[in-house]
Amino acid sequence: MKALSQRRRHPLAALALLLMALLFTGSLYAAASSANQAQAQTTTASEDEVEEGNKLFVANCASCHGIGATGSDAAPSLVGVGAASVDFQVGTGRMPMQMDGPQAQAKPVQFTDEQVGQLAAYVASLGAGPAIPSEEITDASQGDPAHGGELFRVNCAMCHNAAAAGGALTRGKYAPGLADVSEKHIYEAMVTGPQNMPVFNDANVTPEDKQDIIAFLKTIEEQGSPGGADLGSLGPVSEGLFIWVAGLGVIIAFTVWLTSRSS
Amino acid sequence: MSSTTAAKPYVPKTRVGKVTDYVDSRVGGSGIVKEFGRKIFPDHWTFMFGEVALYTFVILLISGTFLTFFYDPSMAETNYDGSYLPLRGVEMSVAYASSLDISFDIRGGLFMRQIHHWAALLFVASVAVHMLRVFFTGAFRRPREFNWVVGCVLLILSLAAGFTGYSLPDDLLSGNGLRIIDGVMKAIPVVGTYLSFFLFGGEFPGTMIIGRLYVLHILLIPAVILLLIGIHLFMVVLHKHSQFPGPGRTNTNVVGYPVGPVYAAKAGGFFFIVFGVLAAIAAAFTINPIWNYGPYDPSPVSAGTQPDWYIGWVDGALRLMPGTLGDNFTFEFLLPFPWGVNTLSLNVLIPALVPAMIVFTAMFAWPWIEAWVTKDKREHHLLNRPRNAPTRTAIGVAGVTFYCVMWAAASSDLIATHFMVSLNDVTYWLRFLVIFGPIAAFMVSRRISLALQRKDREIALHGRETGRIVRLPHGEFIEVHEQVDDYSRYKLVAFESPEVMVPKPDADGKVSRLDKVHGRVSRFFFEDRVAPVTPREIEASHGDHHEEVAGAKDREAITSR
Repeated sequence: MKALSQRRRHPLAALALLLMALLFTGSLYAAASSANQAQAQTTTASEDEVEEGNKLFVANCASCHGIGATGSDAAPSLVGVGAASVDFQVGTGRMPMQMDGPQAQAKPVQFTDEQVGQLAAYVASLGAGPAIPSEEITDASQGDPAHGGELFRVNCAMCHNAAAAGGALTRGKYAPGLADVSEKHIYEAMVTGPQNMPVFNDANVTPEDKQDIIAFLKTIEEQGSPGGADLGSLGPVSEGLFIWVAGLGVIIAFTVWLTSRSS
Repeated sequence: MSSTTAAKPYVPKTRVGKVTDYVDSRVGGSGIVKEFGRKIFPDHWTFMFGEVALYTFVILLISGTFLTFFYDPSMAETNYDGSYLPLRGVEMSVAYASSLDISFDIRGGLFMRQIHHWAALLFVASVAVHMLRVFFTGAFRRPREFNWVVGCVLLILSLAAGFTGYSLPDDLLSGNGLRIIDGVMKAIPVVGTYLSFFLFGGEFPGTMIIGRLYVLHILLIPAVILLLIGIHLFMVVLHKHSQFPGPGRTNTNVVGYPVGPVYAAKAGGFFFIVFGVLAAIAAAFTINPIWNYGPYDPSPVSAGTQPDWYIGWVDGALRLMPGTLGDNFTFEFLLPFPWGVNTLSLNVLIPALVPAMIVFTAMFAWPWIEAWVTKDKREHHLLNRPRNAPTRTAIGVAGVTFYCVMWAAASSDLIATHFMVSLNDVTYWLRFLVIFGPIAAFMVSRRISLALQRKDREIALHGRETGRIVRLPHGEFIEVHEQVDDYSRYKLVAFESPEVMVPKPDADGKVSRLDKVHGRVSRFFFEDRVAPVTPREIEASHGDHHEEVAGAKDREAITSR
């Protein structure tokens, strides 16, 4: 201690202090931003898988995304989008794209699970990106639906609707309804931000939070509608349409019946 | 007063008779029953929507009373610990928590909430349809102008009742609705902010608004509605019910069944039908699933946020209003005042206030506008068929179109997603339609009215085309027309058709400016007209058939078959 106190007025002391401060903030930043970084590849793909994936890619995807997935005028580069992105886009049938339009439509899946895995492995081998999430973290039964509901209303409901029934975006784009979407695909959508969806990275919504959101979605999906037929969960518009068409229709039928034997 | 035979006091013999007589001799019920029970009401299915409105209101009072037993209008914060899992532990207002408790933890609560809400939707819908019936049949004419105005006030009150009730659960949806009200209030220059602070007891959302809306919703608004319903029905009894023209129905009689016993039984039964229909709907269909929306929090706004249908048109007008015109014109003006600069946000004020002002002003003033145009001061107890007042009908249809376009705009997002079209294009189309739709609807519906009148005329004069083509012995083909019977023909010919009134010069030989305007409006209203069939024309049309020489007898033989 004595040695240190003696040297504190040394001309280089300020420089040393500055260096130490820089080192400290730098490492703090590194620690903080590592949460932002894509999760390291947890699944190690075999060479075979990558090779098969490459073949599938050349045959089915390269016409737009280019050989080596470096992109073209028609489609973006896929270097660094990660396995999760491929698993979502191909696994929900959005890719290969049915037609050019405001946004890729979901349609029947075009590949087997094995082929989707191979494609994902190939794209993942091109550059680091979000991996396919583990089954543990997407397990809805481990999440807290109430907390997930709060997160959903703050982060997701403005596009997907509070009851996850979907909603319109500008110029023909839309946020789809989330019923019948698998846990894995919900997670992947949050991590990769497909179509017009923003990316919700792990610093923004932690993996546990994502699990809670999945738990919320699965809870409201499984419980059904406590009050009877939900009329599409579209809010007051479908309710108004129902009372004008069905409600008033039945009432009018009765009024006609009641006055059919008129004086 | 007859002095010869003193009326023998009635002595009841049975036990029931004694009780009834005891009561009657004290409240005079028999007089009321005698007077009111003989009231005649005509029968037509379109006359029953007012009844539907009355019955739904009774259902609203009953179910609403149940809800007040369990609802707590407090905005204090609490953590939900009821049985709905996806919200357990979430921080929310006591009002929202008690609404959730009504839905999930109180026996029959969800059913009562749903029947209350469905009844509210049907209440406003039946009021609206009732008013449309009154408008299109001309039932607002003298002597019923004031009752029309009472009805207009009732419509506005039912909108107010609906909106205050919509806000009570304090869920995300209702909070968003209040936020729009707050925004509209704050758009009023100078006093807007103060008005908003006055209503919400401070900055939005504050801690007062739910309690205040609750008092309005359960106390003030229903009391005034009840009072006005009383006045409304009293005037119906006073004026007697109007009726469609028909043989034996005149301006001075009412043809129908008496209240007692026929109508009372029918009306009583109809109440239970309405109750039953609403109960079936409430049991089988969800309305306002507040548990989906979560507690109110000013930050999130869910997709698919709309008001209940009756406020939808104002929401639609807000959605249609462009924020800017071109790149520069913003509809926002800065007003310099001695104390500083205030903003006038016309892009909020115009859609929030102007359509409602147009619709309600036209609605309230219509009986007097039409009376001024027709200069008709007579009493009217016979209704018009809508086709026989083409211009009024066309104006009504134009108004309905204007309303419906704004109504559709409130669901522009759902139109976009469900018909797979661009939200922007939906908005552009509806902007076009909100201006040109009513004009097109006016022209088309006036033409249809006139065409229907011509058809009526044709049928009255020449009968219905039966589609039977007959070849006569000398080779001529004719289509057999079936003459309508006198009873049916009466309905086709018994109506008045006003003609254009040409302005007349006064004593100085001058035509005042107002008279000129009146002449022009009168021409606009009545220039295109189909004259009703006269008895002479009917005579002549029958004559036609006899005067022809060739095959007249054969024709006679065929058509009279």
